[in-house]
Formats: sequence, C-alpha cells, structure tokens
Amino acid sequence: MIESLNPLLASAIAAAIPLILAALGELVVERSGVLNLGLEGMMLIGALASFVAVAHGGGLAASVIAAMAAGAMIALVFGFVTLTLQANQVAAGLSLTILGTGISAFLGRQYVGFRAPASFADLPIPGLSELPLLGPSLFSMNLLGYATIALLGGVAWFLYRTRAGLALRCIGESPVVARSLGLPVIPVRYAAVAFGGAMAGLAGCYYAVAQFKMWQEGLTSGNGWIALALVVFATWRPLRVGIGALLFGGVSALGLYLQAINVQVSVFALSSLPYLATIIVLAFISSNQNAIRRNAPASLGKAFHADG
Amino acid sequence: MNESTNGAPLIALHNIRKQYPAVLAVDDVSLSVRAGEIHAVLGENGAGKSTLMKIIYGAVLPDAGRIEWNGSPVTITSPGEARELGIAMVFQHFSLFESINVVENMALALPGKYDLKALAARITEVSQRYGLPLNPWRSVHELSVGERQRVEIVRCLLLSPKLLIMDEPTSVLTPQAVDQLFETLRTLAAEGTAIVYISHKLDEIRRLCHRATVLRGGRFIAEVDPRVETERRLAELMIGREFPETQRHAQAYGPVALEVMALSVPGDGPFGTALDRITLRLHAGQILGIAGISGNGQAELLAALTGELPPDDAQSIWLNGQPVGRMGASARRKLGLVNVPEERLGRGAVPPMSLTQNALLTSYRQGLVYRGLIDNDATTAYADNCIREFDVRCGGNTAAAQSLSGGNLQKYIVGRELRQAPKVMIVAQPTWGVDVAASALIRQQLIDLAARGVAVLVISEDLGEILEVCNQVAVIAGGKLSPVRDVSATNAQEIGTWMSGLFPQDEPAPVVRAA
Repeated sequence: MIESLNPLLASAIAAAIPLILAALGELVVERSGVLNLGLEGMMLIGALASFVAVAHGGGLAASVIAAMAAGAMIALVFGFVTLTLQANQVAAGLSLTILGTGISAFLGRQYVGFRAPASFADLPIPGLSELPLLGPSLFSMNLLGYATIALLGGVAWFLYRTRAGLALRCIGESPVVARSLGLPVIPVRYAAVAFGGAMAGLAGCYYAVAQFKMWQEGLTSGNGWIALALVVFATWRPLRVGIGALLFGGVSALGLYLQAINVQVSVFALSSLPYLATIIVLAFISSNQNAIRRNAPASLGKAFHADG
Repeated sequence: MNESTNGAPLIALHNIRKQYPAVLAVDDVSLSVRAGEIHAVLGENGAGKSTLMKIIYGAVLPDAGRIEWNGSPVTITSPGEARELGIAMVFQHFSLFESINVVENMALALPGKYDLKALAARITEVSQRYGLPLNPWRSVHELSVGERQRVEIVRCLLLSPKLLIMDEPTSVLTPQAVDQLFETLRTLAAEGTAIVYISHKLDEIRRLCHRATVLRGGRFIAEVDPRVETERRLAELMIGREFPETQRHAQAYGPVALEVMALSVPGDGPFGTALDRITLRLHAGQILGIAGISGNGQAELLAALTGELPPDDAQSIWLNGQPVGRMGASARRKLGLVNVPEERLGRGAVPPMSLTQNALLTSYRQGLVYRGLIDNDATTAYADNCIREFDVRCGGNTAAAQSLSGGNLQKYIVGRELRQAPKVMIVAQPTWGVDVAASALIRQQLIDLAARGVAVLVISEDLGEILEVCNQVAVIAGGKLSPVRDVSATNAQEIGTWMSGLFPQDEPAPVVRAA
C-alpha cells in the first residue's frame, strides 16, 4: 500500500518545487513592499532562456544561469518602471505577464516540439532514499529540488536572522520611516525585485529543463498565478509557502492519480481540483484578518516618493 | 547645572533659506545652540520649524545659508551624515516599525555587529541610567505611546548624540510622563548635550527651556528667554496678534441626549482594545470629555457610537430615548448624531475631492439633492457658507480637501457638521495638528454649540484641551471608562493618574444634574 503512494508523493513534490521557487521570490519582493504581478511572464521568459541555453548545448549550469539572468533582467525593467518612474505596480505587473507570455511564445516558435538534449535527473541520496514513505520522494529529487529546500531555509534565515532581512521587512512596512533612519529604500527594493525575477526564472527553468524537458508555448500553464496566491495564503511566511505548495501539488497529483485508476469523474473536474482547493484554503486563511494584518507588508504596492 | 548662556555655539545656522514650489518655507533664519543648552523653537504650523529641523538633520537641503558645526562650516546632505556628526532626532510621528520588537528597531538604526543580545544589554543599561525603563524584547505594537517615545529617545541616546532634536515630544504624553521626560532632558543637558525642543505648548517651554527662537511665516521673529516671558506674550509673538481667550457660558443642561449602557465590543484588529461595559450619559447642552492615551479603546468607542461598527446589542446605545445600537451611521445621522472623526483626510473628508463634493457627503439631506440628482447650485452655496462662516482659508470651494492645512480642513468639517443642526456631536481630537489660533476658534465653537443645546462628546488625548472646553471629564483606559468628574472638581494630576488605568472601578455612575 505504501509503495503505491510513492508516485503520488513524488509528483506532489515535483509540482510543488517550481511553485515554491516562484513564490519565495515573490515573497521577498512583497516583503520589501513591491507587488509584482508579472510572475507568470518572468517564469516563461526564464523557461525559454534556460531551454535555449540547453538546446544550444550549453549544459545544465548554463540553463540555470540563463534562466536566472533573464528573469532578473526582465524584473529590473519592471523595477525601473515602478521604482524609478513610479508607475502603478499592478498595471506594470500585469503588462509584464502579457509581455513575457508574448515574447516567450514569439521567440520560442522555432523550439516547439524540440526535446531538451540534457535535463535534470533524479539524484537519490544513498540510504535516505530507502526510507519508507518519504524516502523515494523527498530524498530522490533532482538538483533543483534540493536547491529549493536550501533556498527555502535560506530565505527564512535571511528574513528573520539577518540585519539586511530585517531592513527589507521594515522597508515593506514603512518606507517613510525606513528612509528617516537612513535605510536605502529604493536600492533594497531593486535588489528584491531582481531576486524575485531570478527565482521566477529558476522556476521556469524547472518546468522547461526538469519537468517537461521540451519547449511548448505557455508551458507554465498559469502556475505563476498560483504562486502569487500562495504568498498571500502563506501570510508572507516562507515555511508556510512550502506547506501551501505541497498542498497544491498534492491535490494536483491526486487528480492525476484518480484519472489513472479510472475513477468515474470528469477529467475537467479533476484538473480544476487544485485550483478549487487553493481558492478554498485561500478564502479560509484570508478570513483570519489578524494573521493577514500581522504579517502583511503594510506598504505593499504603494509607490514611494523619495522626497515625500 | 550648566547655565549655558555663554560659550561658543555647537551648531550655528546662518541666513538659511528654503523655497518650495508654492511657498517660501524658511526665509533668512539664523539659529545657534550651545552645548548643554535646551533651546526651544516656537511657532505655529507652517512657521518653518519642521523644515528648519529637517535641514539640520540632513533630510532637506537649504537653498541658501551656512551651517557651522563646532565653528567649522559643514554641509549635511543626508540623515546618515547628520548622525555621524552626532545629531539625533526624535520625530513627532514615531519612526518605529510596529511589527518588530524594540531591540530589532534599534539594531536597524545602529552601526556595528548585528548582535541582538549584546544590544539588548546595552539598551537596558542606558535606559536605567536615564530613568527610561524599557523591555528590549517586547513588540512595538504592544507598547503605549509613552513607551514608544522612550524607545525613540533611548535609540538616540545609544548614539551618544551631541545635539538632540525633539519634535513636539509631549503631544501624546500623560502629565506624569512629561515630568519624567523633562527630568531626562535636564540630565542630558547637564551632561553637555545640546537639545533643540520644538513645541507649541508654551507652559512646557517656560518650564524647560533656556532660550527660545520664535518663527512665524518662515521668518525669524525673536529670540527670548522663555523663563521670564509670560505665556500670553509668547503666544502673541507666535501668532503675531492678540491671543483669543475661550469664553465659557453659564448654562443648565437639557434632557438626556445620548446614553450608553454597558457597551462591550471586541477589539478592532490584533492591536485593538476591547470595550468593557462602557456606561455614560450625555445631556443636551453638556460637553463631556473622554481623556486617555490613544489605543485604549477610543477607536472602538467611536466606531460603536457613530454606527461605523454597530455593537450587537441594540439597547446599549440610546439616542434621544430611542435604542440605536443596531443602526448604521446614516440612520443615526438622520436622528441628529453627527461626528467629526480624528482622521480628517480619509474619514472626515475624501482627500482628492473638492470641498463642495465633500460637503455633499454628509449634508445631502440639507436640500442638496433633488429627486435623486445633485443640486449643484445649492451644494456650492452650502460649501461657500461653510467656508465663509468658519473662516476657512482655502482656494475656494473647488479646492481639494487635501490641499487645505489641518486646521482649515478641521474648521470646514466642523462647519459642515454644525450646519446640519445636530442634536449630538461627537468630536475626536478636535485640534490635533491644528495651530494655536485655529485651535482656540474650534474650541470656542464647541462651547457655543453646547450653549445652543447640543450635546457634545469630545474624545481627546490633549488633557489641557479637555479641561478647557468640557464640563465633565472621564478617562478611558484599557477599554474601561472611569467615573465621571466635574472639571472643576478634578485636576490634571488626578486625570493623569487615571489615564494609566488607576481609577476607582466600582463607583456607581454619577447622576448628572438636569435642568
């Protein structure tokens, strides 16, 4: 019985990893007080960049670097528009998604149907991967999976245990106060936005080079929006992002599993299940106003005028 | 103690000038402060005090003029540079982050290794030495206003400043906390720290400061020794004309207009305070003041009384003999209950809308709407009348609410509400951020209003204001209401003690004499 759960858990984790990557990046961005709704677009651009790097024989390291650099670069454009030119963050973020979707579809036309010559393989940890239940799923991930766990811990440590993380959270709470203390509001927000872009790019890389191992238009299939929702669902706490992503991944995997064992439910109902579950949990969490208020960056999405 | 009238200045500003697009904020002002001196900067809103301090603190660059530090010329281009020179500032609006604890707040502003435990030990040591007790590990949102100010001051002291700027530090403190603050400031001055003290509370300046520079309209008016001047003389220097005095009227009360019976509501949000069986009775023609430090249930009480968040029990609030507990704000307005909220921009008025449009928001029942359509002529006339009668200085009825100064907008909002012929008026922080002359006008209006038979409830943190305006006073602390006292039968000391929650709990509600 336990053995039959293995593929379920493994696919839950596989679905969760890119969500964790993208949501962690967005969490840092939002904690600094910037709302970047362009997650989906940055993921697609990162996905394409990593696929192009691999397809031209650059190898896996090059694909990771290309994905993160492309994600960060497009995010910095968003940063310039919203932080320097102080445009509306919601409008700029939505435009970024449309831009990323368009650019990746346009430039990726010639790669459609291509298989990736290299991809991230599972690396079982000897011994640990033999453990019952979690062993075959948690301890035989690919390199990006292990990196995700490390990044999860790293972001939590950065936010809660370092002065820079403290400064970042405070800038998200009140940039006016932060500036009066001499904290560099705009540079920190730029750095956060670039980090968010790099993480979104990495999530895209996971879809292109680890999961699908091929290019197709819109291969992130809306998961950028799920990651965005996860940040709120997790009330801006890194470890809860992990739990939320696993829940979503689990429900997705369950849907596929039920299809595989021929349960008589509409395929469409099953594939909408994870979205439905996320919405229900999100609504449930949001009904606890206190949790939201205690953790939400108070200045989220508001432009900051440096001389105000 | 250092008499501090001799010696070279620590900081000297010469002929400072700062032009903003619309206004000349500081015009040829000079100011010098010596080590060990407590120097007051006096002036109304818009006199240029804040701009001048921002120039010293490096947050604003002057257009012209020189600054000397210890006799040598300096340019201060950022708060960081000011701190390196040894200039620290305690802001009027605290620069603390609510969601983190005291030691984290301080770590952010201090250079050096990020070691919270070592810093906490230093905080405890410094706070004890200056009589400012603090627990470094508490979250800022749990702290009272007085405690927050201690955090600000201790944070400045950790930098061992040579010049400490205090911007309106006592506006939110109890009288006891003010005394304690003054002790700390005197100790610091005796140790050689120069202190610039900004305030418009003249009695405090006379008690504390060695010298005072008076500004008006961005210009230097006078430098005086506040210890030998009268408050009246200082006020006249500040406003440039004779100071109006509040006139009280002898009066009898009418029937009960507003009655609150055992009103309990849960706190609003994680940092809110629950109300615990609030009971009070307000007669027509009476002005009842509710004193207390903000965050002790005032917001919840206001929301319950105005109908913004009606309580569960309809019987807990009575308006002119009718239970209104479950009614919303609009229904209560219809019965003659109007209010002037604390947040003038956002609650009292919509910031980007014109004064005319803002008039419509609450006064639409005054014949401004005809068959569901706005009567523009009537609305404009209504707004113009408010502006004229209450001497609102503004760019006409089309000016956006946010373009008015705090005092002028408050006068406009009070005027708008008064013209609705209310039976009960609830006013929160009527003169918060309003300059001296406008404050006097608003207070006089409240007194005149009561004389016309309106029941007035004033919720204010400014104890001096309550004692000046009200007939009776009660204190709210921790969501509980103290017994009600006649203003003539109590004093600032007793009310100050009550503000920290130490009031007799079981005294039956006093019966107020009726006409």
